[in-house]
Amino acid sequence: MHWEIVWDNFDYFLWGAARIDSAFPFIHNVGGLAAGVILAFFGIFGAFWLGIGAGLMRLSKRWWVKLPGLVYIEMIRGVPLLLLIFWFFFLAPVLLGQALPAFHTTLICFIVFTGAYVAEIVRAGVLALPSGQMEAARGTGLSHVQAMRLVILPQALRNMIPSFVNQFVSLTKDTSLAAIIGVNELTRTAVQVDNRDMIASFEIWITIAAMYFLICFVLTSFSRRLEKQLSRYQARNR
Amino acid sequence: MTYQFNWNVLFSGEPAQWIFEGFLTTIQISAFALIAALALGILICVLRMTPVRPLQWFSLAYTEFFRNTPLLVQIFFWYNGSHYIMPEAIRTWLNDLYYWFPGPFTMFGHSFQGEWILFNVEFITGVIALTVYTSAFIAEEIRAGIFSIPKNQLEASRAVGLSFLQAYRFVILPQALRIVIPPLISQALNLIKNSSLCMVIGVTELMFMASQVESYYGAPFEAFSAVLLIYLVISLFVSLCINMYNKHFMIQVRY
Repeated sequence: MHWEIVWDNFDYFLWGAARIDSAFPFIHNVGGLAAGVILAFFGIFGAFWLGIGAGLMRLSKRWWVKLPGLVYIEMIRGVPLLLLIFWFFFLAPVLLGQALPAFHTTLICFIVFTGAYVAEIVRAGVLALPSGQMEAARGTGLSHVQAMRLVILPQALRNMIPSFVNQFVSLTKDTSLAAIIGVNELTRTAVQVDNRDMIASFEIWITIAAMYFLICFVLTSFSRRLEKQLSRYQARNR
Repeated sequence: MTYQFNWNVLFSGEPAQWIFEGFLTTIQISAFALIAALALGILICVLRMTPVRPLQWFSLAYTEFFRNTPLLVQIFFWYNGSHYIMPEAIRTWLNDLYYWFPGPFTMFGHSFQGEWILFNVEFITGVIALTVYTSAFIAEEIRAGIFSIPKNQLEASRAVGLSFLQAYRFVILPQALRIVIPPLISQALNLIKNSSLCMVIGVTELMFMASQVESYYGAPFEAFSAVLLIYLVISLFVSLCINMYNKHFMIQVRY
């Protein structure tokens, strides 16, 4: 057993080769777990807005609004994230005319991928509200958009919080895929240390799994508690 | 630098054949892992519902651990990490494995050249990783399905005079299965999609073959687009099946 290798590289697992510019305080080269968390955080932030947009498009009654949302959701959900990353990795230079850094490529893929799942959450959340809510809001004179924004979404979003947390957990797990195209996040730092030392694979991978587990388990427990608390405030049919 | 699209590569023999072989491998690894994951998932779920506390704790720890760690890390663990703690004999046996069916053989009137399934250590590792990962999810799905049947159904059927097993067989399971099967099918779909991660350890499935086309023919976008289309067709087909199932078998709840 060579736990000292894990211990010696633990700071590398946590933030990679990050260093702070002394002249102009700016953190360069963030890697390891920190990079994964940054990817997951910005990913879920982008996916939230994209998902609300796509989910509401999917709910629309006009076919030319509904169809793009439907195609986007079904297509992204039917494809593995790894494939999406590779595909976009080779598409981005064609679109932009120059290579896109791997970090940006994966971040965009995470947003697009998670956005489709968030869209389904949004759709389910809006459909779960009693239809009387919309009818009453329209009845008081609000337009459809106003009713959506002021009455339906505030309620639906509150019910969706646990699902969002779950989606955040699965995105945190998915950030490990960024390692394959070369983003230096937690899994990739582990591959590097593993390849460098060659004798402590078991210890390294157990440690990495435990690090992911800690974050995700705390978040899932949190979402389970939220689910119990929020279920008291749901609008019901009766 | 402009990218030259060359879709003809896909129809020029070798790449097409590689991608087809990759498709077969994806289906094979998914099929093996799915069957094993169902069995393991049911076992874990049963352990969770036994009255024996340590068994419950074990299955709880199992599901929580494997659900909350990335599949990629698990694959790396099984492939690199677990290697060092395995007994020497098993290690040699695994490394010597190559083809599952040695030599040509005939089945259903077709003759196979003995290279039907590349049953090597990477394939087995991939199956193990996918099985363990998916079984944790499957156990949760089944448990949720059985728990969604109200408890008084069991009590009522016991009161009618059925034994515990009979009550499960005739009352609980027929209802629970209707609820459980759609999420199980979508787990199967997830498994097929997740099998793409096995490329990192060298299982020659779709993604691996696409990247092989990339490195041999320099047509990455075309190859990955073809693979994307294949995954899309598989998943649309499966979700069509789920929808048809739901239409025919879902219980319409009325109050």
